Amino acid sequence: MSKKITIEPVTRVEGHGKVTIHLDENNNVDYTRLHIVEFRGFERFLQGRPYWEAPVLVQRLCGICPVSHHLAAAKALDVIVGAGTGDGLTPTGEKMRRLMHYGQIFQSHSLHFFHLASPDLLFGVDADPAIRNIIGVALQHKDLAVQGVMMRKFGQEIIRATAGKKIHGTGAIPGGINKHLSRAEKESFINGADPLNIDKMVEWSQEALVFFKDYYVKNKSFIDNFAAFPSSHMSLVRKDGAMDLYHGVLRAVDADGNKILDDVDYQDYENYIEEEVRPWTYMKFPYLKHLGAKQGWYRVGPLARLNTCDFIPTPLAQAELEEFRTLNNGKPNPHCLHYHYARLIEILHAAEVMRDLLHDPDLLEGERVVKGQKTHRGVGVIEAPRGTLFHHYEINDHDQVTLANLIVSTTNNNEPMNRSVNQVAHSWMDGHPEITEPMMNAVEIAIRAYDPCLSCATHALGQMPLEISLYDAKENLIDIKRT
Amino acid sequence: MQILIYGYGNLGRQDDGLGILLSQKLEAWVKKEGFSGFTFENNYQLNIEDAAEIANKDLVIFADASEEEIDDFCLSVVDGKKELSFTTHAASPSYIVKLCNDLFDRQPLVLLVHIKGYEWAFREGLSEKAEKNLGNAFRYLQKLLANPEDAIKSREGLKPC
Repeated sequence: MSKKITIEPVTRVEGHGKVTIHLDENNNVDYTRLHIVEFRGFERFLQGRPYWEAPVLVQRLCGICPVSHHLAAAKALDVIVGAGTGDGLTPTGEKMRRLMHYGQIFQSHSLHFFHLASPDLLFGVDADPAIRNIIGVALQHKDLAVQGVMMRKFGQEIIRATAGKKIHGTGAIPGGINKHLSRAEKESFINGADPLNIDKMVEWSQEALVFFKDYYVKNKSFIDNFAAFPSSHMSLVRKDGAMDLYHGVLRAVDADGNKILDDVDYQDYENYIEEEVRPWTYMKFPYLKHLGAKQGWYRVGPLARLNTCDFIPTPLAQAELEEFRTLNNGKPNPHCLHYHYARLIEILHAAEVMRDLLHDPDLLEGERVVKGQKTHRGVGVIEAPRGTLFHHYEINDHDQVTLANLIVSTTNNNEPMNRSVNQVAHSWMDGHPEITEPMMNAVEIAIRAYDPCLSCATHALGQMPLEISLYDAKENLIDIKRT
Repeated sequence: MQILIYGYGNLGRQDDGLGILLSQKLEAWVKKEGFSGFTFENNYQLNIEDAAEIANKDLVIFADASEEEIDDFCLSVVDGKKELSFTTHAASPSYIVKLCNDLFDRQPLVLLVHIKGYEWAFREGLSEKAEKNLGNAFRYLQKLLANPEDAIKSREGLKPC
C-alpha cells in the first residue's frame, strides 16, 4: 500500500505551502510534490484599472516584496509611456529606482539569512526546535541577531526614503520617479550614528560572509551534498555580462555553463519562455521554449545570478565571486545550500551599490521623468530578491489595463524546489518512512534555500499551525498530526 | 511618555486593513488635539526591525484585524511569552516583544488591539460590521490615550479578550 504524507504549512518560508510525500509498497519514497497556493486573482483585479495605478496596486500582492512588484510594474509602464525599456530614464529616475531596489535586496536577503537560515546553520537539522529559531540565535549569538535586525532596518529606511513610505510607496511612476533624495536623508545614510550608516552595512556584510565561510569549512560535506543537483540557471545580466539586478537582458546557462539563452530583450519573453500546467497544483512550471518542459526548466535567484553573470561590478563582491567560483571549478554551482552563500555575496554587492549611489549628486537634483510616444504593450523584468520577476501589461485606447500577466520568482523556481524536496525525501525517508522533526526540517531547509514567496497577503490573527497528514493509496486520511 | 501606535494589515484585502485604519484615525485625532509623544507606524505586517522600533517606547499599541471569536474588539497584553511564530511574511506581536527584550534589554508595555473582521476578499473597503467595530475601538482608545499614564500604571479597565 502506498502512503501519502502531508506537511503543511511549511514554516519559516513566505506564506503557506504544503508538501506531500508518497511512499511505495516498500516504504521508499515514490514521488513528492510541493503544493503552493498561489493567488492569481490580482491579474484580473488589474483589468479595467487605469494603467498608471498598476505600480501602486501590485504592491498589495505581497507584504514582503512590494518594492519588486512596484518596480517591475513601473518598468513595464515605462515602455507604455514611451520612456524606453529600462535604460531610457533620466539619470535621476534610474538611480533613485536602483537605490530603492538595492535597498530591497539588502533588507530582504538580510532578513532571510539572519532570521530564517541562520538557525538551521547554527543549531543543525537535528537540534531541538525549541532553540532552532531566531530566539535561539538571539540568546546564543546576540550580535548576529542584532546585525540582522539593524541591516533589515537600514534597507527599510532606504525604501522609505526612495519610495516615499514603507507600504504602498509611490516613488516609481511611469517614466521615472516622483521624488529626489533629500540632503538630510543622504547625510543620515552616509554619516548616521552607528550602526545605521552605509559603511557599517558594508562592514557587517563582509562579516556575515566570514561567518558563513567559516561555517562552510567546518560543514563542507553537509553544505555541498544537501539537495544538490545540476540544473540550468537564468537571470538578467547587463549587456556586457555584469550582474545587474535592476535591468538587463535575459541569459540562461546549462549545467556545464554553456549559454542556452543570451542577450534576449525581455520585451520578447513570450517567444522564449513557456509555462506548463500540471493538474495537481495551481502554480505553473516555466521552461525555456526551445528546450521543452523536460529539459528547459531552470533555477533563478541568487545562485542562478552568480552562475549566469560574467562578473560583479563592485570590487568587494567581485572578489567574493572569484572565490565562490573556485568551489566548482568555474562551472555553474549546483549546490542547493550555496543559495545562502550567493545571497550573502549579493548582500555585499547591494551594500556597495548603495554606497556608490548615496554619493551620486544625481539623486539630489535633476529631471525625474521622461515621456515619449505611447504604446499599448509593455513588459518589465527585474531581479527580485528571490529571482527573475516578469510583469506584462497591455492597455486599450482609454488607458485601461486589458491584460496583466505576471511570472513571479517563486514560480520560476517551482521545478527546482520540487526536485530539492524530492532529493531530501529520498535521503531521509527511503526505508525509514517516519515523520520525524529532523526530517520535516530537512524538507523545509531545502525549500527555504530558495527563499520562496508563497504569497498570500492576508494574515489576520488565527492562522493554522503546522499540520501533517498521512493518506493511504486511495487518498483516505489515516493519520494527522499538528504541532 | 513615548507612545507608538502601530497598525498592520492589508488595505487591499477588505477587513484585513482594520489595524491600519485604526492607526490612521488615531493619528488624525492626536494631530487635531495637539498631543505630543506619539509616533505612528503602519505596515503590512510586523517584522523583525520593529523590535528596534519599540525598544525606546514606554507604551506600544499594536492594532490588527482578527478572525477570533470576539464581539467587536478587545485588548490583550503582549508579554513575549507565547505565540512566538515567525515567517518573513509576518511576525507575531509576542515575537517582536520577545526579540526586543532579548536583543535590546527593553520591554515596554505592549497592548494588542484585536478588531473583529469578517470579509477578506481582494478588494478595498471594510464590511459594514467591521466599520462599526472600528468605530468602537477608536472611541475606546480615545479615552485610553487621553490619559495614557493610567494605562501604564494600572492595566485595569482594559477590555480583555
